[in-house]
Amino acid sequence: MMAWLMAGLLFTPLAWAALSLLADFRAGWRLAWFGMALQATVAVLLWLAIAQEGGFYYPLGGWSAPLGIELRVDGLAVTFILMTATVATACGLHAGFYLDPDKPWQRYFWPLFWFLWAGLNGVWLGADLFNLYVGLELISLSAVGLVALGGAADALRASLRYLLAALVGSLFYLLGVALVYGQFGTLSLGGVAQLAGEHTGLPGAGLALALMLAGLALKTALFPLHGWLPPAHGIAPSPVSALLSALVLKASFYIAARLWLELGEPQGSYGVAQLMGGLGALAVLWGSWLACLQPRLKQVVAYSSVAQIGYLFLLFPLTWQVSEQVSQQAQQGMTLQVISHALAKAAMFLAAGNLILSTGSSRVADLAGVGRFLPFSLFSFGLAGVSLMSLPPSGGFAAKWLLLQASLASGQWWWALVLVAGGLLSAAYVFRIYRASFQEASGQDDFHHPPRRLEAIPMALALLSLGLGLAGDQVLSVMGLPFEEGS
Amino acid sequence: MKCRGLVSLLLLCAALGWVLVYSLWSIAFNPVGGSLPEQVSKAMADSGVDHPITAVLLNFRSYDTLLEIGVLVIAAIAGISMARLPSLEDPAFRTHDALLDALQRWFVPLMWLVAGYLVWAGAHQPGGAFQAGAVLAATGVLMRLGGMPMGFLQPGYLLRAGLILGFAVFLLVALVTAVVGDAFLAYPAGTAKYLILLIELFLTLSIAMVLLSLFVAAPVNDAPESQEGHQ
Amino acid sequence: MTPDLFYAFTGLVLFITGLFGIIALQHLLRKLLAFNLMGSGTFLMLVGLAQHRNGTDPVVQALVLTGIVVAIAATALALVLIRRYYHLAGRVSLERDATDEGRP
Repeated sequence: MMAWLMAGLLFTPLAWAALSLLADFRAGWRLAWFGMALQATVAVLLWLAIAQEGGFYYPLGGWSAPLGIELRVDGLAVTFILMTATVATACGLHAGFYLDPDKPWQRYFWPLFWFLWAGLNGVWLGADLFNLYVGLELISLSAVGLVALGGAADALRASLRYLLAALVGSLFYLLGVALVYGQFGTLSLGGVAQLAGEHTGLPGAGLALALMLAGLALKTALFPLHGWLPPAHGIAPSPVSALLSALVLKASFYIAARLWLELGEPQGSYGVAQLMGGLGALAVLWGSWLACLQPRLKQVVAYSSVAQIGYLFLLFPLTWQVSEQVSQQAQQGMTLQVISHALAKAAMFLAAGNLILSTGSSRVADLAGVGRFLPFSLFSFGLAGVSLMSLPPSGGFAAKWLLLQASLASGQWWWALVLVAGGLLSAAYVFRIYRASFQEASGQDDFHHPPRRLEAIPMALALLSLGLGLAGDQVLSVMGLPFEEGS
Repeated sequence: MKCRGLVSLLLLCAALGWVLVYSLWSIAFNPVGGSLPEQVSKAMADSGVDHPITAVLLNFRSYDTLLEIGVLVIAAIAGISMARLPSLEDPAFRTHDALLDALQRWFVPLMWLVAGYLVWAGAHQPGGAFQAGAVLAATGVLMRLGGMPMGFLQPGYLLRAGLILGFAVFLLVALVTAVVGDAFLAYPAGTAKYLILLIELFLTLSIAMVLLSLFVAAPVNDAPESQEGHQ
Repeated sequence: MTPDLFYAFTGLVLFITGLFGIIALQHLLRKLLAFNLMGSGTFLMLVGLAQHRNGTDPVVQALVLTGIVVAIAATALALVLIRRYYHLAGRVSLERDATDEGRP
């Protein structure tokens, strides 16, 4: 059973990438329905199986680490696989209705979409440092391809910036991997963690960790390395922006978090932990502030991603040399923040796409009057905003509540201030959109109604993100399952 | 101002360089942990090939190679999605130079031979799919620069099938081994040699196709499409 | 110092040079060349450090082969994007100039 599930999980996205390269956009979409259903089923079944039986290592090629590559199938990984299946299915469905099938280049959307999905699954499961590098490149290149699709000059400029940033980030990560291999002689994360625990105070390993974190921070668009994100996420078609903001950013963060949780304690330092947290805090404040100033709707949402990513980096100070309980709380808060942001931000980008479709303009000012015509997409946008503002009962609230508790319990009260200020600032940019939409415009009532199907998808995602606060315990119980080494 | 920025960048790079020198030095003279090459040489007997690098690439760490081919295919997809001409091969480039034609008639078969040799050699000495694919792609580049018509270079079915062929064969092998065997990509005992050869052959073709299509993917037309909301 | 370690230090110099170039240079092709310099430096460090430690190491040699292929894919994609960008926008750098005002 488990063998079939793992094979299905690894095989489907790659196989669908290959198949849909041979099809045109419409046929690719029909194929995608089947593939998404299959992948979602596998994700749910795997999640249930792990919830019952606990995690395990899956040796690819039958060679166990350190000689071969092992996949670490644990509670956190399957939780993220399930999240990916949910969000990617929603974005895929939306893309099928949203993108124009008659443009000749749209047929290349599906192969890139499936490669992206395969890369994400690979990263969630990865337990080999070099394999994670290849997974990251798979994600980056397909994401860049999706942004550049269509090939207008502005999109090319944004995707070139994105590509260069992503490549430099990957090289920093790879340099860290080179140093780690030179120091410890293995690439398996488990093996490295064990050796690093036995031999503390190796200056080279500490620097390797710092290099990898720096590269991954660039790829995650942590302040002040976020310059590439808003153009790329703002200019891509909405389903692509949703994929990029909701999932792609999380992949590099996830690797950074895994590295920190395994190697941070022996090889990290107070300075690194506080620096990462501090940059995250600045990202929350600066990103939210800039989101309030953007003239274009999707830029608002993109800068909001910069801010929401910042919260995730509070994980670093909140898990370094604190009690086991506080560390658990911080990890749970991080997990919930990743999932709720993924759902809410995908909902927000898709709803923003609908709003742009109906007004024919990407400017916030041109939304005037749309409140009377399109309450449904606007409502989804607002519901997603509730989660970003972290009002109860949303998933965003539950996440920030856990982070708040962790920061107070570890005596680092300054992070609590950031959490409160960030919530207020995000309220400011969400209400700004609302204010613009309900303004009565003079003479502007030329709105198109997007199809209902397009409106239902962001609504479903926004509701999920709200409901996550209520179902949080269930999600977290699987994420925190103890992982038995060697089972 | 600009000059000051450059100087501070230079200083930052120098600082990072010194830190790296220090850490390289400390790593080089204080390594911990075991030795991976010893494990490789112990497992060589079961790998199905004689050359350790090929064994690592296509057996021990074959998942890396599978994803790496995926990365190549992605680059090719993104590349040909940019091309708007019905043919990636611009007829304007076709020339009929008697000297070039004669030279190519000599060179092209020779390069095919070299590519074939490289695949075959990969099992026991340096060589293998990527090197052979690169030689094949170079043949294609030579043919294009020399003005030989290559009808398959249209963003049509044939080109896309060629791009994905090697990846698809690799993936099929992975699926079959997962279903009948132990794990994804775990070759059953005794079949490793033939499966690796099969994969290498198809990979060679696809890698050549990817590199060639990326080489020819740059022609563009002059009608940029409007992005959403930019009307 | 063994020759392998010498390679590692050479790689370090290449990496830093490339890093300086990719930030300081404006022309996209130069940026791309600087990226390739960084990549070669990284690969040299990977192999040099590992072989200094283990002697001949097929694992890192295979890793570097994979890394080279990934770098080639990225470089080729970047070249296609740059060439098309040049064709459409007539520019070879990502810098904005006065004519861009008011455009996204």
